[in-house]
Amino acid sequence: MQILLAATVVVPLLGALAALLPAPPGLKGRNPDQAVLRHGVTVTGAVLALSVALAAGFDHDHPARMQATTDISWIPALGIRIHLGVDGVSLPLLVLTALLTFLSALYSYFKMPAGPSPKAFVALILVLEAGTLASFAVLDLMLFFLAFEMVLIPMYFLIARWGGEGRERAAWRFILYTLLGSVVMLLGLLLIGIKGGTFDMVALATDNGSGLSHTTQIVAVLAIGIGLAVKAPMWPFHSWLPDAHTAAPTVGSVLLAGVLLKMGTYGFVRIVLPIAPGGAHTFAPYLAAFAVVGILYGSLACLALARRGAKGDLKRLIAYSSVGHMGFVLLGIATLTPTGVNGALFANIAHGLITGLLFFLVGAIKDRHGTSDLDALSGATGAALYGRAPRLGGLLAFGAVASLGLPGLAGFWGEMLAMLGSFHPADGLSRPAYLVYMALAGFGTLLTAAYMLVVVRRVCMGGDGDGRPGGAPALTDVQTYEFAAWTPLVALTVLAGLWPAALLGLTDPAVQQLLRGGN
Amino acid sequence: MVPLAGSVVQSVDWLAIAPPTVAAVAALVVLVADLFLPERKKPLLGGIAIGGIVLAGLSLLPLLDGDRSTFCLTSGTRACSYTADHFTLVVQFLVLGGALLTALLSVSDLVDFELPSGEYWFLLLSSVAGAALLPASRDLATLVVALEVASLPAFALVGLRRDDSRSSEAALKFFLSSVTATAVMLLGVSFVYASTGTLHLTQVADALTHVDPRLDTLASAGVALTLVGFAFKTAAVPFHFWVPDTYVGAPLPIAAYLSVVGKAVGFTGLILVTVVAFPSYADVWGPVLAVLAALTMTVGNVGALRQRPDRTRSAVRLLAWSSVGQAGYLLVPIAAAAYTDDPGRAIGSTVAYALMYAAVNLGAFAVAALVARTNPAHRVTDYRGLYARSPLAALALGFFLLCLAGLPPGVIGLFAKVTVFSAAVDAGLGWLAVVMAVNVVIALYYYLQWTALLFRAPDGEAERADGERPARIPAPLATATALAALVGIALSGAPQLVLRFASEALL
Repeated sequence: MQILLAATVVVPLLGALAALLPAPPGLKGRNPDQAVLRHGVTVTGAVLALSVALAAGFDHDHPARMQATTDISWIPALGIRIHLGVDGVSLPLLVLTALLTFLSALYSYFKMPAGPSPKAFVALILVLEAGTLASFAVLDLMLFFLAFEMVLIPMYFLIARWGGEGRERAAWRFILYTLLGSVVMLLGLLLIGIKGGTFDMVALATDNGSGLSHTTQIVAVLAIGIGLAVKAPMWPFHSWLPDAHTAAPTVGSVLLAGVLLKMGTYGFVRIVLPIAPGGAHTFAPYLAAFAVVGILYGSLACLALARRGAKGDLKRLIAYSSVGHMGFVLLGIATLTPTGVNGALFANIAHGLITGLLFFLVGAIKDRHGTSDLDALSGATGAALYGRAPRLGGLLAFGAVASLGLPGLAGFWGEMLAMLGSFHPADGLSRPAYLVYMALAGFGTLLTAAYMLVVVRRVCMGGDGDGRPGGAPALTDVQTYEFAAWTPLVALTVLAGLWPAALLGLTDPAVQQLLRGGN
Repeated sequence: MVPLAGSVVQSVDWLAIAPPTVAAVAALVVLVADLFLPERKKPLLGGIAIGGIVLAGLSLLPLLDGDRSTFCLTSGTRACSYTADHFTLVVQFLVLGGALLTALLSVSDLVDFELPSGEYWFLLLSSVAGAALLPASRDLATLVVALEVASLPAFALVGLRRDDSRSSEAALKFFLSSVTATAVMLLGVSFVYASTGTLHLTQVADALTHVDPRLDTLASAGVALTLVGFAFKTAAVPFHFWVPDTYVGAPLPIAAYLSVVGKAVGFTGLILVTVVAFPSYADVWGPVLAVLAALTMTVGNVGALRQRPDRTRSAVRLLAWSSVGQAGYLLVPIAAAAYTDDPGRAIGSTVAYALMYAAVNLGAFAVAALVARTNPAHRVTDYRGLYARSPLAALALGFFLLCLAGLPPGVIGLFAKVTVFSAAVDAGLGWLAVVMAVNVVIALYYYLQWTALLFRAPDGEAERADGERPARIPAPLATATALAALVGIALSGAPQLVLRFASEALL
């Protein structure tokens, strides 16, 4: 087991190195580009297999226990250890990361984004995967920071080299924002490490803040919270996100929304709640308030973009919808209750699946039309995808209703639980305030439904009324490789919607333990 | 008479003083050989110099087994003037390693700019001998002598490009400000001597605990003035004015040498006088150094931030200002040493940081020298699209800059900064830690901007050069870059190699 976990983190790194070397004889493929893209699919596939094996070998009766742990001393001078492990909180995120990266690699194999050589592209994707997996698997604050930073550089290059219009500015903004946030976070982590006497997350969670004074906790939570909030992203630190998403290539967007944003919310659950509960308690109402503002702001921004004549970009719209969805996740965390945090973790996974799917779909639409501008797409009557490319249209409609939280699909449970948690927030938090938050968040779901339906009407419907598009030529419908990349996401969205217990059964014991203080 | 002479004559431990001695002997050999070698065989001098430095480095090996002292008083306290302890060896290793990389950088520059190679190697080796002597010095006179031996050849080296007026101007500026600082320091040393009656550091420390109350002011003034000379060498604000002009005017390898070995000399001197000689006056130099550290890093980083990338020589200027900023970080643990019960550990952070900084900064200069071969203007904008032209150089420079910034994959840069942070926090200097954090953020901006530039698509001007064959990279330059990169990568994988100095008492 511990080999499995260590391998999931190390294999992509080795794969990234191997991608830079020339292909060995026998694996040369049709040409070097094809060989290296195939290499990417193989390695991410192997990592996915490893993570699935890890999930299968995971002791599902004790999801609260750290499993597959490795604990080796690395830098004794600073007390930093290579401490890896998974529990019910991190396991789903690990599998999600491995899955989304594999699907992205598969998609790129057939549809490489325009830009320089695929060699660097594959290597960067693999480094990105290693960094994300590492940040979910490590149990040492300094290693968490390292992993957190490790993903920035590949993401920067994915946007700056393979992105669309305005990519250099967007990439620069992305890296500057997140770096500034994470430097502040580093200060908070150091403060905890120095005052708490160790960087080990498990030991610190077991202390449950008993070794840290209230002032220390407040300063540390503020510092760490800012770093994580930039990444999550929380309103008002979100402004890097729409630009980065709009400029990023399709797989960049998928990974950014599906995986990278989760690192922020995961940090809240793994570090802030158990290690500095006092500080978390002080800041929870503010976090919840910002989260709700994020929900409303994201939805209103989307509504504005979806309007006719607003020249709204579909990718930008999905990016803003991410701000709203991550608002629900943050609201769930801010309730400090098992219900809310479970909801947050569920919404995390659901958002990864659904938004990943939506970015894939929008990327496909952009490839076919050459634009993702909503006005240019829909023209006078609508883009009429139902008529021109029925499967693509159907999938987009599916993604949209999943995103708006239709019961029976993955999007529903997380947001419902987050609001339920806010109905009964933890002791000591102002209930009236949280009731207001809940009501506002509920209003946010209505707005989400509104803009998603507007998008469906403008993109999927239209035409001359007979189901035939008004003069527009037919489009290539979903191709086999696209089906291969998207079907797992669709299937898991339905599965998580119909059988939420599979996921909640994993997270709940672990969350209960984290909130109790690791024991 | 004979028995008396026997008690005065000291036995010299030649092994202990081997590192500076070998460097000095090599300098003399080069000087003499220069007279007899015909013009076309001059490159041989470089080989002798590099061999001498390597030999001096190897002579550190037999010293590893334990502390040795020599040039001791034969009576009384038996205080020694030369000690080869753990601290000495680490700093000598740093100095000699830095000198080796500098020498490798110099080989091709000597040819390109037609510098007089005999003089060049002699001066460099002399300076190295002084720098290697300094960490072992344990009395104020030896310290001053070592400092001057390290500095005087440097003035000449800076001004060696005779055809370049900027070079002469830089040398003059460097010389005048350095001499002033030395004079002030000598005044300080004489004050300390006047109030304590001894020059040996340990005895000064003893004597300073019970200074005649009437001499107290004199002693404090002596302590403060002595620091000035070393603060100058480290380029601490307000003694930093010479840095940008001197770096720009000097041959590039000499700028690299000053930024690493010159600074190491200053820091070692500062550590020796503050921690060993003046511990009882920690309330005088502690706050002074803390304020100096804060000012130095802020002024350095803001200066680096203000560099316009398209100006000529902006790359060297940026490196110069960033080295001022880095000097600020190096000062933090020394200031912290004034506030803790365990100053040995605090200065260990400085040594660990200096080792990281030495490897990485020399590496950055090596790539700068590489790029300067095709773009002699030294503009930061010349680095645009370097990745497309020579990927390995771009990757190496990117790595060095990220190490300086303290970002993964430059893991060692990050953790070296973490030890400095924790030294400050442990000493209760929270405000200094916050100032440092702000500075790290400022520095991130310009390091990242430069790194990002390396990987941008080259603009039209650069693409024109595609038809030409890429210039061959001289082997010594490539070796220097590769060596620095290897050290950086090895340290990033196993930071414990240098960080252990931060967890054990060095002095």
